[in-house]
Amino acid sequence: MLEIKNLHVKLEDEDKEILKGVDLVVEDGRVHAIMGPNGSGKSTLSYVLAGREGYEVTEGSVTLDGVDLLSLEPEERAALGLFLAFQYPVEIPGVGNMTFMRTAVNAQRKARGEPELSAAEFLKLVREKAKALKIDADMLKRPVNVGFSGGEKKRNEILQMALLEPKLCILDETDSGLDVDAMRLVAEGVNALRDGKRSFLVITHYQRLLDHIVPDVVHIMANGRIIRTGGPELALEVERHGYADILEEAS
Amino acid sequence: MAMPETATDALEARLQAAPSGGGAWIRAARAAAEGRLRAMGLPGRRDEYWKYTDPTSLISPEVAPAEALTADEAPVFDGIERLRVVFVDGRLDAAASDPLALEYLEIEPLSQVAEVDIHWAAEVFGQLEARGQDPVARPLAALNTALATEGLVIRAKGVVPRPVSLVYVHERPSSDAMIHHVVRVEPGAELTLLENGPAAARFNKVLEVDVADGGRFHHVRAQGRDHDRQAVTHLFARLGAEALFKSFTLTVNGALTRNEAVVELLGDDAVAHVAGAAAGDGAEHPFHQDDTVFVTHAAERCESRQVFKKVLRNGAVGVFQGKILVRPGAQKTDGYQISQALLLDGDAEFYAKPELEIYADDVKCSHGSTSGGLDPDALFYLRSRGVPEAEAQNMLVLSFLAEALAEIEDPRLREDLEARLEAWLRRRTR
Ligand SMILES: Nc1ncnc2c1ncn2[C@@H]1O[C@H](COP(=O)(O)OP(=O)(O)OP(=O)(O)O)[C@@H](O)[C@H]1O
Ligand SMILES: [Mg+2]
Repeated sequence: MLEIKNLHVKLEDEDKEILKGVDLVVEDGRVHAIMGPNGSGKSTLSYVLAGREGYEVTEGSVTLDGVDLLSLEPEERAALGLFLAFQYPVEIPGVGNMTFMRTAVNAQRKARGEPELSAAEFLKLVREKAKALKIDADMLKRPVNVGFSGGEKKRNEILQMALLEPKLCILDETDSGLDVDAMRLVAEGVNALRDGKRSFLVITHYQRLLDHIVPDVVHIMANGRIIRTGGPELALEVERHGYADILEEAS
Repeated sequence: MAMPETATDALEARLQAAPSGGGAWIRAARAAAEGRLRAMGLPGRRDEYWKYTDPTSLISPEVAPAEALTADEAPVFDGIERLRVVFVDGRLDAAASDPLALEYLEIEPLSQVAEVDIHWAAEVFGQLEARGQDPVARPLAALNTALATEGLVIRAKGVVPRPVSLVYVHERPSSDAMIHHVVRVEPGAELTLLENGPAAARFNKVLEVDVADGGRFHHVRAQGRDHDRQAVTHLFARLGAEALFKSFTLTVNGALTRNEAVVELLGDDAVAHVAGAAAGDGAEHPFHQDDTVFVTHAAERCESRQVFKKVLRNGAVGVFQGKILVRPGAQKTDGYQISQALLLDGDAEFYAKPELEIYADDVKCSHGSTSGGLDPDALFYLRSRGVPEAEAQNMLVLSFLAEALAEIEDPRLREDLEARLEAWLRRRTR
């Protein structure tokens, strides 16, 4: 279970508060969606959860299954089961995608005291998962995300998620840049991981994704706060009427 | 160049040690080198070409002592089938070496070749070095030609089936070694030359390589890990038509390393690649590494590449001086040069002087030089997937060096050096 309490975050080297008291609880097995206008702080929240540098938490707390996330290094959070599918996946020239994913899987297994996978075992695993996402062998051989199309990058994120089998998956606009078919593939990939225990935080601008990945709860974030929480119908309301009414109501 | 008296004295003192005797050809070559050296003098701190690297300790009468590290891992190239020739503190150790015999190969100690009056080596020994003195003087190479008595004279007459591997062992703490090798690759022949080891407390080496039309020469070198050692090396190469020349150097550790490469593309359609990867950590021992490269295009449709990457931290210093000179008439030249430093902290220094000088109008030449730290976004991306920080850093360092290592054609050699680098990085992050 993810519990965020009164989270205030400012930029480390600027006097700019971005998150202004976020409260959010995601129970095991649940899918929560976060929507909200550009610049409202959705990606910032995901980065702070994943442990990116450059932010300062001035107030509040975050726990995953009772463990204080904020005191952990990014790799420790990952080993604990947190995964962030990036809005903008990073290109890493010179590091092979396959090598990268095997290193990641084995690093997490090692951190949890599990035996590492051999090259052959990993190859088998990755082939199986890649096939479902229609990721071809060439993409696995290339350097991480280098020369990948926008959609390929997003599918590569979901592949990593499938391999790492995290407890909490944060998807930051994984749907943006995807064509209709790719969106269905990605949604199927996500749904395949829904097992009643694993939970999801899906950040998106579009109702369309939520047709495929049906959320239990929808939150609207604006100006660093969650200003409204509801069921799937809230996403439909946003789709139809935009944010104006909701923002007005909240102010 | 007028020299102050003390500099002249220092030079004369060094030349006192010049070997007397020997066969006619080598006496002539040594005398010519002495003449060149007297005309140019030893390098000083004020020389433009030594702006970023202080040559003082390379020419001083006293050698700063250097401890010889005891190996804690199998030596490089260990698993590679090769003809091994061992030099201990600069002296050929015949007992420790393989018999000097291999198909399509002539290989003789310089000390023996020096005794005869006539030898083909006369066409190369000191000759390529002399050509390389213009337009920039390289006095320490001339000093080597004048003084060196050790080395190998190698001729490839066909596709030599195994690499020739020169293993330089450092034993005495104040050894001062000078080695001069000569290689000729005959038309259509092919040879791979490997070098590894720290050689001596102070090491001055010249390697002259004459690649005839259609010949192929591969050179892979791993410079020794002894911390306090100092080395100045010169590689002079001359390429005929359609010849191929590829040289790669890995440098880790070493108080001072200056590697000069002077390559002349004299025949049409020749290809020359000179590359290097250096990793230095100045935390406990000084590290100063200098690649100085001069490539001359004097024929049509030749290709040259210079790829140099350095990873530096804790006050380690890296230098790159690289030039592409395209002579009149060298049309369709394809010249590329890149030098990059990855500075792992604010303490490390990188000096780069990339130069292009072009006298032909139909050429394609590019050069670039960058220095910077690790990409924080890439580092975070790796860590967010569970890769521990130190390991993520090492992955990025190795990926930074990959373009240089990719210049090693033989995958076994490339993987061997990659494994060395990985081990070196891991030792520093534990
Ligand atoms: N490193 C930074 N430097 C300066 N401003 C920043 C930084 N990071 C975030 N911000 C600002 O914080 C605000 C929130 O940004 P964030 O990326 O979290 O928004 P978002 O909700 O994800 O928007 P979008 O829907 O466009 O992806 C924006 O105004 C952004 O400009
Ligand atoms: Mg965003």
